[in-house]
Amino acid sequence: MKTRALTWRAATVSAVRWETPSARTLTLEVPDWPGHLPGQHLDLRLTAEDGYSAQRSYSIASDWPGAGPVEITVQRLDDGEVSPYLADIVEAGDRIELRGPIGGWFVWRATQPAPVLLVAGGSGVVPLMSMLRERGRLRARQPFRLIYSVRTPEDACFADELKRRVRDDPGLDVHFVYTRKAPDGWPTPPGRIDVATLNTHGWPPDFAPDVFVCGPTSFVETAADILVALGHDPRKIRTERFGGA
Amino acid sequence: MGIISRGFGGRRRDSAPELPPGQYLTHDFPVLSAGPTPRIPLDRWSFTITTEVGQKHTWDWKAFTALPAEEITRDIHCVTKWSKLGTSWKGVSLDTLFEEVETAADFVMAHSTGGYTTNVPLEDLLDGKAWIAYEFDGEPLEEEHGGPARLLVPHLYFWKSAKWVNGLEMMLDDEPGFWETAGYHMYGDPWLEQRYTGD
Repeated sequence: MKTRALTWRAATVSAVRWETPSARTLTLEVPDWPGHLPGQHLDLRLTAEDGYSAQRSYSIASDWPGAGPVEITVQRLDDGEVSPYLADIVEAGDRIELRGPIGGWFVWRATQPAPVLLVAGGSGVVPLMSMLRERGRLRARQPFRLIYSVRTPEDACFADELKRRVRDDPGLDVHFVYTRKAPDGWPTPPGRIDVATLNTHGWPPDFAPDVFVCGPTSFVETAADILVALGHDPRKIRTERFGGA
Repeated sequence: MGIISRGFGGRRRDSAPELPPGQYLTHDFPVLSAGPTPRIPLDRWSFTITTEVGQKHTWDWKAFTALPAEEITRDIHCVTKWSKLGTSWKGVSLDTLFEEVETAADFVMAHSTGGYTTNVPLEDLLDGKAWIAYEFDGEPLEEEHGGPARLLVPHLYFWKSAKWVNGLEMMLDDEPGFWETAGYHMYGDPWLEQRYTGD
């Protein structure tokens, strides 16, 4: 058992960039960050002038090459208390308290030899992006497939980076699912993720892939149920759900 | 007090009820599970308490739901920061299930269909503190929330309330379960904010 406590650290926001009109990446300089594995998250704490504080968990979007900043990508929830602050108000130079890394289950380790299937709903792509970046940095040989469900093309985070990674990496495939509006000329009408999508663009169950599914609860329930029905071993399917049921 | 976050006001909290530290109030019912939701037919459901000497006490669905049940209303607190107040459940008290069980062990590992485990001291399960719940809000417990039946230990963080529970195993020593092995606290008292190892 590890007995190391997770201490709060004062991180400095060194850069911000928009990924979509409603999602922003914060680059955080964290003193003495102990490093993280792709898929882990951190806890972030905001404090108002009267001492009121709020904590939330955010998935880490960056990989960890042993040094450097940590990035989180935050989707603005209009009725949220913390995400609108992170998406709209925080600027470079601000300081934020955080601690982590947290979570030892929804994690991809490059020593796992199996092919990998990543299934993302909306901002559920964030921890999966950390896995893709780790794969790229280590030039890992396990083939990766990402199935990424977004409402419209404009809602896709990391679109340019994904395009570049697919171009440069023959072991990586990315398939988009558009639920409300597809790009012009897209072969299928908009619709939710279904059996055909996961069957065609996932791995066959015989390949025994490591599967990571992340997104809103209803999306994860649907995708995980389909994967089990297709014959994937439930123990190989790791899930992370967010939002209300 | 921590570093002031420039421009952060937070929600109006004049009327906010008292919550454990670091928690926020939610009115929906978020789902947290490590894997796919198992679907367990009632005719294949069973629940077993196994003592430290291997003695087993098993109930099938019919025997289990014939036991005296209680209506329970409690606040619940998830380690992912949400709290939900006044949730109402129906279930069988662990006091009832332990009536015939003879044990000298102080710790329990809860086991679930799908392989999930979590550890709880026995004293936290007895004296009206824990139940095996099978209804939520007057309806059969939905599968994604742990149905047909889940452990309910509302005074600890909600990961201790194992979904799809199918057995309790008595242990002489406290051993970590699934999330506890992955860096979460061995005990998990929300009022002491025992989220992670070392808290």
